[in-house]
Amino acid sequence: MKLGFSPAEELFRAECADWLQAQMAGPFKDIKGITTLTAKAERRKEWEQHLGENGWSCIGWPSQWGGRDATLAQQVIFAEEYARAGVPGRVNHIGIELAGPTILTFGSEEQKQRFLPGIAAGKTIFCQGFSEPNAGSDLASVRTKGRLENGEWVVNGQKIWTSLAHISDWIFVITRTEEGSKGPKGLTFLMMPIDQPGIDVRGITQINGDAEFNETFFTDARCPADSLIGRIGDGWKIAMGLLAFERGVSTLGQQMSFRNELDALITAARANGTAHDPLIRQRIAKAEIGLRLMRYGALRMLSNTDHSAIDGAALTYKIQWATWRRALGELAMDVLGQAGELAEGDAYEWSTLPNLFLFSRADTIYGGTNQIQRNLIAERGLGLPREPRGDL
Amino acid sequence: MEFAFTDEQRMIAETVRGFFAENATSERTRKAMAGDGLDRALWNAFASDLGLTGIAVPEDHGGAGLGMIELALVAEAAGAQVAALPLLGHVMVGQAIAKGGSEEQKAEWLPRLAAGDMISTTTWAARASAADGRLSGTFSFVPHGAVADLLLVYGGNDAWLVDLKGKGVAITPHVTLDQTRPLATVVLTDAPAEALEDGDAAIPAALAAGWICLAAEALGGAQAALDRTVAYARERVQFGRPIGSFQAYKHRLADMMIEIEQARSAVYWAACAVDENSDETAIALHAAKSFAADTYFMCAGNMIQLQGGIGFTWEHDAHLFFKRARSIQTLLGNGTYHREAVATMILGGAA
Repeated sequence: MKLGFSPAEELFRAECADWLQAQMAGPFKDIKGITTLTAKAERRKEWEQHLGENGWSCIGWPSQWGGRDATLAQQVIFAEEYARAGVPGRVNHIGIELAGPTILTFGSEEQKQRFLPGIAAGKTIFCQGFSEPNAGSDLASVRTKGRLENGEWVVNGQKIWTSLAHISDWIFVITRTEEGSKGPKGLTFLMMPIDQPGIDVRGITQINGDAEFNETFFTDARCPADSLIGRIGDGWKIAMGLLAFERGVSTLGQQMSFRNELDALITAARANGTAHDPLIRQRIAKAEIGLRLMRYGALRMLSNTDHSAIDGAALTYKIQWATWRRALGELAMDVLGQAGELAEGDAYEWSTLPNLFLFSRADTIYGGTNQIQRNLIAERGLGLPREPRGDL
Repeated sequence: MEFAFTDEQRMIAETVRGFFAENATSERTRKAMAGDGLDRALWNAFASDLGLTGIAVPEDHGGAGLGMIELALVAEAAGAQVAALPLLGHVMVGQAIAKGGSEEQKAEWLPRLAAGDMISTTTWAARASAADGRLSGTFSFVPHGAVADLLLVYGGNDAWLVDLKGKGVAITPHVTLDQTRPLATVVLTDAPAEALEDGDAAIPAALAAGWICLAAEALGGAQAALDRTVAYARERVQFGRPIGSFQAYKHRLADMMIEIEQARSAVYWAACAVDENSDETAIALHAAKSFAADTYFMCAGNMIQLQGGIGFTWEHDAHLFFKRARSIQTLLGNGTYHREAVATMILGGAA
């Protein structure tokens, strides 16, 4: 067990930090410090491409596909320096962290050639079409239908909560391709171009006034026959494999943006004097401890090479960070007082801390609600009986 | 960077888990509880069969020369069985001498501590007056104080060793909530005291070892509370189904696991930080002690609640865990103390 980084790794850290900070001080100054997911989307697409041109887009990928074959330690370092430099989140995080690894793992050689260079170059932005109005926590009950017709897939149905679909080029979709099938059977995983007459993306305004999520309607939407990952009927397996990538190194980058939020809260508490309130101090200390433990939990999870064992750190990670961030949002409002209730300007738009307070209510819902997480932990982690299924 | 156990660490963990599961049985622990709170045979076997009393003592003084990670593995396994073992004082005094003693002091004391020949203990937040190699003061709440041979007292920049079998020592044992680590009041009246050469080095070393020991015991206890309750949840049937199939019940067990996984990260982060002399050492120790202790108490409380009436009986072991958890919360600074220490690091002192 060892936590320190080697001198070579520290050199790599300096290289990352220098490059990232130079970009945020120079050509991409205008996007530094953005914390919402939708602001200045066009400039952030340019940033994606700039990362790609300089080989910093997906450093953990094989070099053959635009990565750097980076070690775990190097990926940890890059994620930390990325957030430390105030670089906004990746608008193509679904492409880099989910679609790319899925294609790398399950895709054909031809599909790798077709998709990976574009994702690595920041030119192919992906979004995820999983949830439906009637398939939320119970994801396996999706109804969106896909059928093969004249050498093409034809898709009909509706997806929801498709983050960033309005700025994406491609969507991966779980479709029911076997007529009359139920649950996880008969599903197929398709990659579809968004810019076509059969796909209609409509924004959903959220409680913070932003519209990062969408409803995506499919009406005879089409893609070529070879757009499926894996085989017909493999959709559930591919989707579950993809969700496992969600717990990868990207969590460390996410944590650094949490770090920035906690730092903003600490700055606010110092400025308005609440930093002297003993109860606020206890809660800030708790938040600080929670964030550190998140980091070491993630490092434990990433260092766990013995995948045969039940990985408790991985299994509990989602509910841990989601609950932590919700508590941080509540603490932020107690620190800010009524000043936290005033929008930034004339529009219903929010600065970092009130936005954190509002947005964090989504964290405990998307990607598996806290209640679903507890079921998973109890069933997979503790071996308790599974929830009975109804037949409605 | 590799935040996973080495093969050697895995082996140590397995060995100590097996040792405590086999030897620190409920029956033996209860026998110690009815007596002076020390399972002497367990201590002797721990020292001679396993040779683990010297786990973090340097090799040239008869120890195994290992670090805080290995010490944490031992404490975790002992905590999982709520063993009636005077481990806390032992590791604190050992580290104080190893880090702050002169060469003569190390040569005199460490081999005896490493061999388990003496029981040692220490004070917390003590006020003592020293003059001419003699120490006076009243020290309340000394863990395993009534059975200890050697006492470490520290205050300001100074740390002293006092022979508890020597002159000027009066010890009053107490009946204590946690009978596996009973407290005693030690009154020193001009008792001969030996100052450690470097108190500034001895005190933080003692505290680091003590906090890691308690946090690791808490982690082991919390995990055992969860494991035992899960086993019960699977076999106990009500309303025609195992009670572990009810969501209200499952979710409480899941909440225990969520906290325990964080406590595990905390304990091993802190142990690593001390071993690597990281600049995160202080915050890691405060985090580990406060978080693991609170986790243990939450889990032990749930252990009683989730086992129903039987969990409230003397016969069931749940109260051993519950009482140990409560006592760990208070020992060496409660949660509020440690969180305020963290707050001071990131916000500056309170007004």
